[in-house]
Amino acid sequence: MTTLISSPFDRLRWTFLDGLTLIGRELGRLRQEPGQIIAALVFPVIMVVLFGYVFGSAIQVPGGGDYREYLMPGLFAMVTFTAMQGVMGRMAADASLGVMDRFRSMPMARLAVPFGQTGADSLIGVPLLAAMVATGLLVGWQPHLGLIPTAEAFGLILLMRYALGWVGVYLGLLVKDEQAATQLVPLFLPITMLSNAFVPTDGMPAWLRFVADWNPVSALTAATRELFGNPGAPSGDVSWPLAHPVATVLLWSAALLVLFVPLSLRAYTRRGR
Amino acid sequence: MSDPIVVAEGLHKSFGGTHALQGLDLSVPKGTVCGVLGPNGAGKTTAVRILATLSDPDAGHARIAGHDVACEAGKVRERIGLAGQYAAVDEKLTGRGNLRMFARLHHLPRRQAHHRADELLDRFGLTEAADRPVAGYSGGMRRRLDLITCLIQRPDVLFLDEPTTGLDPRSRGEIWDSVRDLVAGGTTVLLTTQYLDEADHLADDIAVVDHGRVIATGTPDDLKATIGDRLDVTLEDPAALPAAATVLNTLTGTDPTVTGADRLSVALPRGGLRLAGIVRELDRAGVAAADVSLRRPTLDEVFLRLTGRKESAR
Repeated sequence: MTTLISSPFDRLRWTFLDGLTLIGRELGRLRQEPGQIIAALVFPVIMVVLFGYVFGSAIQVPGGGDYREYLMPGLFAMVTFTAMQGVMGRMAADASLGVMDRFRSMPMARLAVPFGQTGADSLIGVPLLAAMVATGLLVGWQPHLGLIPTAEAFGLILLMRYALGWVGVYLGLLVKDEQAATQLVPLFLPITMLSNAFVPTDGMPAWLRFVADWNPVSALTAATRELFGNPGAPSGDVSWPLAHPVATVLLWSAALLVLFVPLSLRAYTRRGR
Repeated sequence: MSDPIVVAEGLHKSFGGTHALQGLDLSVPKGTVCGVLGPNGAGKTTAVRILATLSDPDAGHARIAGHDVACEAGKVRERIGLAGQYAAVDEKLTGRGNLRMFARLHHLPRRQAHHRADELLDRFGLTEAADRPVAGYSGGMRRRLDLITCLIQRPDVLFLDEPTTGLDPRSRGEIWDSVRDLVAGGTTVLLTTQYLDEADHLADDIAVVDHGRVIATGTPDDLKATIGDRLDVTLEDPAALPAAATVLNTLTGTDPTVTGADRLSVALPRGGLRLAGIVRELDRAGVAAADVSLRRPTLDEVFLRLTGRKESAR
């Protein structure tokens, strides 16, 4: 009745198919909770209004330009980064409620659970990104460099979201407890603030600037500013990651995947507890 | 007796300094219900987790249908179902959604998965609630859904880890009915429980576990026979209790348990004592008994005796 997973090809196929089933599960959960979708869509809008009009009224963009044009790439990066909280929370909930044990005791592909979670998160990310783009356009932001750089920028955002999703998977498996995961959430916001997303880093003290410059949030912000043709490109004595933001985003994404896919897989299959 | 389908030999497992299992042996014949009884912390759940491939033993090995749980986990997983202490279903999904998802994860084609989900919902009386999110289910409905999620692929062996803990009597009865139903269909069930009546009702064989070891096995009747019959004495005058206790102690060699203001209960040594003799001795000591009766011990009494826990008044 159940199919034996035998050859490597079969295993890959079932990883993919089981992953799809689990993506379907996450989307099915969302359908039961329309409130959560609305909240997820409204959050970026609030951020645009809050940062764009409250802080934006007092901040000067380096090299001139509209603050909301400067801000939108930072908000894209921030929302991308904080999305991993969701993945972490869902993994932790599965682990604490015994659902994970059921998955583990079933003859399904090992990678399917984290694959399904990160895949679903990326899919959910697309409409959320669209909502932010629409809000950005309403407040006067726009991409200036044509179709291809714009598509590249969105591609980088989704790539980073996917890579960070694996970090979320790992953290969720590590804490194994929905409540503990919730307690970690306030740590994410300062990490996103410690970047060039809202203000330039060159005014920061040297040690803080170093951290901020190497923050993946900064790299994604700088890369998308460059690709959208938005103001705020750093000038003068610029650190390597900010001088090569697209390469930095690609390197960060690759590094996170190389590190966290095996770590997550190990944490998921680790037995003996 | 047919070949055992679940075999565990010398399982050891420690967590830090805690020795959860210290040489646990178990053998469950095909098509039977094995009740694993033990106090909290005896190692029941650890044993089930090892058998269900969720945890590796430090030493010893276990096989399900001939497949080693550590080296051939994949093959074992094809044959088992596990219902744990929690209802391990997705609360946000509907009952039907859960079953369809798990059926798909068991690699049933979509149409077959839907059909199987409907069939199981119908058979276990959940059709009406099928399209509501599980978060709104009662505890009993949740456990029943949890149980039928294990049945999708028709497992050869079903592990039920305290399936009725925290349920009301009616829901427990429903779970029991479902388990009996499954066994009639040929499924082997390994059930851990703290409820002795549950084991008494469901299990063909019982393994009593304490401190990570099996300390006794047998049918419920075998186990009851090992500790001999019980004698219950009800006195006409509660004031005669100490005198009656002394008589019973002299006759049986054990201290009777006081089970009420005017009531005593004592385990009889196997063979030997006759009811008439006991009544005579009580009479001679001037103790007037309103009622003296002999009965089989309950499984509770067997359990308390075997695990060395103090017999408590009940």
